[in-house]
Amino acid sequence: VFKRFVEIGRVAFVSFGPHAGKLVAIVDVIDQNRALVDGPCSGVRRQAMPFKCMQLTDFVLKFPHSARQKHVRVAWEKENINEKWAATRWAKKIEAREKKAKMTDFDRYKVMKAKKMRNRIIKHEMKKLLKEASKKGKKSQKAKK
Amino acid sequence: PAFCLAPQMAGEKKAGDKKAAEAKPAEKKGSQKKLREKARKPKKHHASRNPVLARGIGRYSRSAMYARKAMYKRKYTAPETKIEKKKKEKPPATITKPVGGDKNGGSRVVKVRKMPRYYPTEDVPRKLLSHGKKPFSQHKRKLRASITPGTVLILLTGRHRGKRVVFLKQLATGLLLVTGPLAINRVPLRRAHQKFVIATSTKVDINGVRIPKHLTDAYFKKKRLRKPKHQEGEIFDTEKEKYEITEQRKSDQKAVDTQILARIKKVPQLRGYLRSTFSLSNGVYPHKLVF
Repeated sequence: VFKRFVEIGRVAFVSFGPHAGKLVAIVDVIDQNRALVDGPCSGVRRQAMPFKCMQLTDFVLKFPHSARQKHVRVAWEKENINEKWAATRWAKKIEAREKKAKMTDFDRYKVMKAKKMRNRIIKHEMKKLLKEASKKGKKSQKAKK
Repeated sequence: PAFCLAPQMAGEKKAGDKKAAEAKPAEKKGSQKKLREKARKPKKHHASRNPVLARGIGRYSRSAMYARKAMYKRKYTAPETKIEKKKKEKPPATITKPVGGDKNGGSRVVKVRKMPRYYPTEDVPRKLLSHGKKPFSQHKRKLRASITPGTVLILLTGRHRGKRVVFLKQLATGLLLVTGPLAINRVPLRRAHQKFVIATSTKVDINGVRIPKHLTDAYFKKKRLRKPKHQEGEIFDTEKEKYEITEQRKSDQKAVDTQILARIKKVPQLRGYLRSTFSLSNGVYPHKLVF
């Protein structure tokens, strides 16, 4: 049922708060609600962070609990988390959302034109296929008769 | 003879001496003059001759200070300027005018400035002083930082609402001079109000475009006829109902538009963008849009 667990070394995405949008690694668990967290390669200082603002990712690093920042950094860079994260669909969706919000009026016009052209092409091909299908259907009907 | 000679010699000597003496004192005078001039230029102002007893209270009275500062020696009058001279040349107070009819004496002496023919029963009270109340022509014109020459604006009011238009310059009254260009969206050279316009971040490079200098507010102002002589039936007909495009407007439009169209064609899709109109639809909120 659950695939991603809170464990030492789990990389999490911070969803809200002062470090919103950054990746952190769970270094230790403090109590039921908070974890000791560190993000040496994403600009987050080692600190306590509530679980509620973290969203677990698929990545796990290997380091012992309460390891120094240096070791967390080494593990992070060894696994190349930053590149792997940028390749995930999650990160790409976030980026697309940001780009859409930044669109200017001119950009919106260009997108509208591009979408229009794309849909036209698709419809054209679709109609071609339908026509062929209907022709074949007619032929087989005639043959049956 | 000795003493005769002596004076001669003395005279000569004196002359010589005088010359020398003249030369010397002349030199001295000259050098003294130079020194004096040098000394005169950086003349240091004396400190206040009125010692302070307490803040705002001096030791000496006005009349005592007048004497201490030797103002009796320092009475200046400014040289009379040409303007003052002209002012002194007063216009004539009376004029003689010819009068018709015989037995009238031919002319009358008439006052140029006559006494008022009416005095109000109550005097108008003196108005209080005000400051900083300027007429419209002297008001400060502001322009939003987002609006620079070449910016694409979206008109929000008027018959061209929703159209995207190129900004040219701000006129003297503060209104914005704007053009379609005409060939793209049928918006001519026109004035638009800054407040009723959305400035987009799209800019057209209008670097070397020359806008004719006669395009001012007076050029664009609406003309109203004021000649009907109060004949009830005809007042409503003579006022300009139909606006006719003058040849000058057409030529000015062409002059500006040809320059701008060239720059617009360089940017891909800009022409189509300017042809389209702006509208809101479901889920589109202006406060969330980035223009």
